[in-house]
Amino acid sequence: MLAALLRFNFLGGLYMSFLSHLISGVSLGSIYAIIALGYTMVYGIAKMLNFAHGDVIMVGAYVCFFAVSRYDMPVIPSVLLAVAACTALGVFIERLAYKPLRSAPSLAVLITAIGMSYFLQNSAQLLWTSNPKVFSSVVGNGSVKFFDGRLSISYNVIVTVLACIIIMSVLTWFTGRTKMGKAMRACSEDKDAAQLMGINVNATISMTFAIGSALAAVAGVLLCSVYPTLMPTTGSMPGIKAFTAAVFGGIGSIPGALLGGTLLGVIEIFAKAYISTQLSDAIVFLVLIIVLLVKPAGLLGKQVQEKV
Amino acid sequence: MNLQKSTLNAVFTYTLVVVAFVVAQGLIKSGNISSTLRGQLAPICAYIVMAVSLNLTVGILGELSLGHAGFMSVGAFSGVVACVSLANVIPLEPLRLVVGMLVGASCASAVGFFIGIPVLRLGGDYLAIVTLACGEIIKNLVTCMYVGMDSHGLHFSFLTSASALQLEKGGKVIINGPMGIAGIPKLSTFTMGFMLVMFTLFIVMNLVNSRAGRAIMALRDNRIAAESVGIPVTKYKLMAFVTSAALAGAAGALYAMNFSTVVATKFNFNTSILILVYVVLGGLGNIWGSVVAAAVLTVLPEMLRGFNDYRMLVYAVVLIIVMIVTNNARFKAIPTRLKKRLRGASNV
Repeated sequence: MLAALLRFNFLGGLYMSFLSHLISGVSLGSIYAIIALGYTMVYGIAKMLNFAHGDVIMVGAYVCFFAVSRYDMPVIPSVLLAVAACTALGVFIERLAYKPLRSAPSLAVLITAIGMSYFLQNSAQLLWTSNPKVFSSVVGNGSVKFFDGRLSISYNVIVTVLACIIIMSVLTWFTGRTKMGKAMRACSEDKDAAQLMGINVNATISMTFAIGSALAAVAGVLLCSVYPTLMPTTGSMPGIKAFTAAVFGGIGSIPGALLGGTLLGVIEIFAKAYISTQLSDAIVFLVLIIVLLVKPAGLLGKQVQEKV
Repeated sequence: MNLQKSTLNAVFTYTLVVVAFVVAQGLIKSGNISSTLRGQLAPICAYIVMAVSLNLTVGILGELSLGHAGFMSVGAFSGVVACVSLANVIPLEPLRLVVGMLVGASCASAVGFFIGIPVLRLGGDYLAIVTLACGEIIKNLVTCMYVGMDSHGLHFSFLTSASALQLEKGGKVIINGPMGIAGIPKLSTFTMGFMLVMFTLFIVMNLVNSRAGRAIMALRDNRIAAESVGIPVTKYKLMAFVTSAALAGAAGALYAMNFSTVVATKFNFNTSILILVYVVLGGLGNIWGSVVAAAVLTVLPEMLRGFNDYRMLVYAVVLIIVMIVTNNARFKAIPTRLKKRLRGASNV
């Protein structure tokens, strides 16, 4: 009887640790999904890989950090300030660096985007030094306990997952129902035809960058609430992984970003917990390569035939 | 004498490198060169080889590779292991370095081949992101690797610790996981670097001006058209990619054996980007441009002290400006407009 009880407890422990890994995976995945949305929308419309997106995340986190810690602003206004700053930055980057290259080969656009990413990282390093800042969570460090305290879910996780769900629903409504959203979908389908129908393509692309960058700010704040070290290079790795997530789910597809992000987050946390901490990044990238080779358009993407 | 344009170009490139080598040797002999710069000479050669080999992938083949430092890493680590373990077999230092570079090149080309077969099926942005991923995977794997040597030969271990190698007494740990390699014999010399640069130029320029090179460039310009006239896509893509990886491996071995310690994180994404900057600034597809850009951009920060903080920032800005100026229709039209205006003025 005692042995059976012990065994149950042991299995229950395993089950609980599995559950808590799963929950933190979903939470990390939600952050990836929010970042991936920025990539996927920009890629869908401008057909370019915005490498600087990850660094916009970092800028958003820094703005929020300074607003809270240096100017003692309350949390919600500082997050809104970060969103506004990133939106402006995203539109500015698009106008300055990407717009002149609208008809250039994709290699040139990609290299420009990498240059932009480097520019942001190095400016941040000069402005704010490379010393890591300790970001205090915007929702506090408390947690909700379940199963007599054997499973605890932190407020960070709850807020992150909720934010992800809200953003997804709003975006789905926005792209499906509103005039601007329809214009976006039209542009991503065929830019020339959209222009002929009277859609302002340039404004639509700017709008996409604005939305993507605003989401990047939210993601930056959430990311640094969970992983509190803030450095000029904070955004680059999550940025690359979120792009991986976007590709995984099928680039250009909003539900794909959600699916890819969540799966990638869970894979990463499980790889860390059950395989090896050192190899988790390698495993995540291996997943990307395998997905691209087996299903080049991603899980929910549409395979487009190349036309001659 | 009626030389072909490609021949003239090749002669110019070789002469450029030889003259630079002779001038640098003269400066060393007369003592007119700072000690820091003198220590940089072999790494400069390694960077030149990296830039030229990346130019083969990006400029000639037209596929953006963001994981070039990964091949350098493979070459560096395998080359050093070869050189350390062969210390008693080959006493002659330059020969040992050559063997190290050969081992580095063959390991890197093997990795390039296995990465290339699946990855080169993708194109454009996807290929770029997958090469980036491969670079990160290589970095991660090398960080987890332990290699040691004793009288029984080489011992390998993965993801454990140096003690798992079970070396006997007197055995030596060569690669110590995240700590990398320490106590590397300093075999690299400027002369060896110069020879590797010449060899690289010889390989790349002969490849570019051959039937295979023209096929590769045809793939870059229009894959579908090239395929339709019977050019095997995978074969030529792989040829360029593997050659590029092999040369990067040799450069990695040269680079590592100039320093006493080398860690895997040195060959990260930033290094790949740095080399990409050399290639882009030197001109995509322009071989001697890569040579000049790599040399100048490594020497320049040494010359301008205090500029070092702003170096990467300036690189980033220059990268963006070069891309916009060379690819925007409005900027492209400036030279022709200027020419027209000048001609108009001279006519009046």
